[in-house]
Amino acid sequence: MTIERNFPIGEPVLEVKNISLRFGGVKAITDSSFSVLKHEIKAIIGPNGAGKSSLLNCINGIYQPQEGSIAFKGEVLGKITPNLIAQKGISRTFQNLALFKRMSVLDNILVGRRLHMNSNFLQVAFQLPKARSEEKVNHGLQKKVELGRALATEADFLMLDEPMAGMNVEEKREMCRFILKVNDEIGTTMVLIEHDMGVVMDISDNVVVLDYGKIIADGPPDEVRANQEVIDAYLGVSHD
Amino acid sequence: MSNNNIIMGFTRADLTNFLIVMILSFVAIPLVVQTDYWYSSILIPWLCLALAAIGQQIVMGYAGQLALGAAGFMAAGAFACFNLILRVPDIPFFVALGLSGLVAAAFGILFGLPSLRVRGIYLMVATLASQFFIVWMIDKFGWFKNYDTSGIITAQDIVILGKPFTSPLEMYFVILVVVTVLTVLAVNMARGSTGRNWMAVRDMDIAAESMGISLLKTKLQAFAISAFYCGVAGALFAFTYLKSLEPVAFDIKLSFKILFMVILGGLGTISGAFIGAAFILLFPVLLNSIGNNVFHGAIDATIISSIEQVVFGVLIIVFMIYEPLGMAKLWGNIKQRFLRKS
Repeated sequence: MTIERNFPIGEPVLEVKNISLRFGGVKAITDSSFSVLKHEIKAIIGPNGAGKSSLLNCINGIYQPQEGSIAFKGEVLGKITPNLIAQKGISRTFQNLALFKRMSVLDNILVGRRLHMNSNFLQVAFQLPKARSEEKVNHGLQKKVELGRALATEADFLMLDEPMAGMNVEEKREMCRFILKVNDEIGTTMVLIEHDMGVVMDISDNVVVLDYGKIIADGPPDEVRANQEVIDAYLGVSHD
Repeated sequence: MSNNNIIMGFTRADLTNFLIVMILSFVAIPLVVQTDYWYSSILIPWLCLALAAIGQQIVMGYAGQLALGAAGFMAAGAFACFNLILRVPDIPFFVALGLSGLVAAAFGILFGLPSLRVRGIYLMVATLASQFFIVWMIDKFGWFKNYDTSGIITAQDIVILGKPFTSPLEMYFVILVVVTVLTVLAVNMARGSTGRNWMAVRDMDIAAESMGISLLKTKLQAFAISAFYCGVAGALFAFTYLKSLEPVAFDIKLSFKILFMVILGGLGTISGAFIGAAFILLFPVLLNSIGNNVFHGAIDATIISSIEQVVFGVLIIVFMIYEPLGMAKLWGNIKQRFLRKS
């Protein structure tokens, strides 16, 4: 029951080739390669500490992998700072809320927008509350604001680090719908880290599984679910 | 909501407030206040220090960079202004003032460089360099003081369009014009994208960078603009309040004073700079007059100045713990309570 998409999945837009990232003696990522296709939703899953966030941080330029290369739209990124990567059209949210806490919700989003506009104007025009984003804004909404801020950059490549962490079922469902809607209406390519397998299986086109810094599976959800190595990584190998 | 409530990005409430302040400061105060004492000892230093506090506010309250060296930049501005008027014939005063601000801004960029590597209390120590280096440099090289050996140089008269501005009231107007223009500019910057970038860097620098903000540019810009404000404030301070130029006037104590103004006034608000400056400046005056009028000089002057230090210290601790947003926030709360429609 394939539904025709407004933005059909295309060529690889991001190619990660053989990257390795070490922190001193700790190997966070070992010789990992994968690619993200244009307009797809790709999930990265794996147990805690598998290197999922580190992988996003490498793409984002916060970490520089010691080996390997990352190419975006055919251009090798090399050693550049996160702000230049953002200007190339990659945006992201963070695992632990990274809102600008002492700024209003509107200002948070306008930072992403990089508008030369006086926020006072909009605040009055739309009669928005002037509350700081940390006050009176619940966790689920804060997560949404962060996603809104990332979207406001008009990035065509979005990385979401646990966008549904700490949400209840209702909020998760709404967030899923929203992610799918963005992907369908704007065609944003998305990479998301998520622990809720139900969500992952539902919304992603492809799934990468990381374990101990290594990619152990990469493919459509059904295929990954049946993969013995993945089952072992998640459930542990039986010892009887 | 129709558009007639917003004019050029300012709300109607903003404009009303602005008009009230303008009428008060340009018309009411000169009509009511007649004694020179009020101008030369209260209003003039208040406006100068408030301007410096805006500079400190920008780098610390908005961009979140703990910097301690405002007095150094003030010294740079003051001596730049002195040398410009001395060496450039017929330079208009406001041009000299602007250029001295730019000289200070250049120093600001230089001493802001450590902010790219260190943060927090370590940055504060690193920025102390500006305080000591600039004052040392002015002392060391006679050229800056025009080879004056007495140590204290009299500041030149302020001459604008051939007319000397020497009386306290005239000087007050000169300062008021400068402070008004620079304050409106600061408010605009703080509310616009410049200020948003500063605050984003302050609140969460990694997220700010991931949104495409260059940390290098944003931090150095904050340091430059902050030093510009301090430089202009320093020049005005020397030319209208001290009426002399001596490096000793811009010592570390002044830097701390400006820091306290920002903390007490409220981090991250422009109005906090004015409130904080007023408090730090007026509180000793108040204590002195209590000492003289209530206790009739029974309390020794040294004890009064000690009490002053104790009260400042306690207040800073109290504000840091209970109201980090300072007196500006307290004022906002009070206003909200009374204006709330029931």
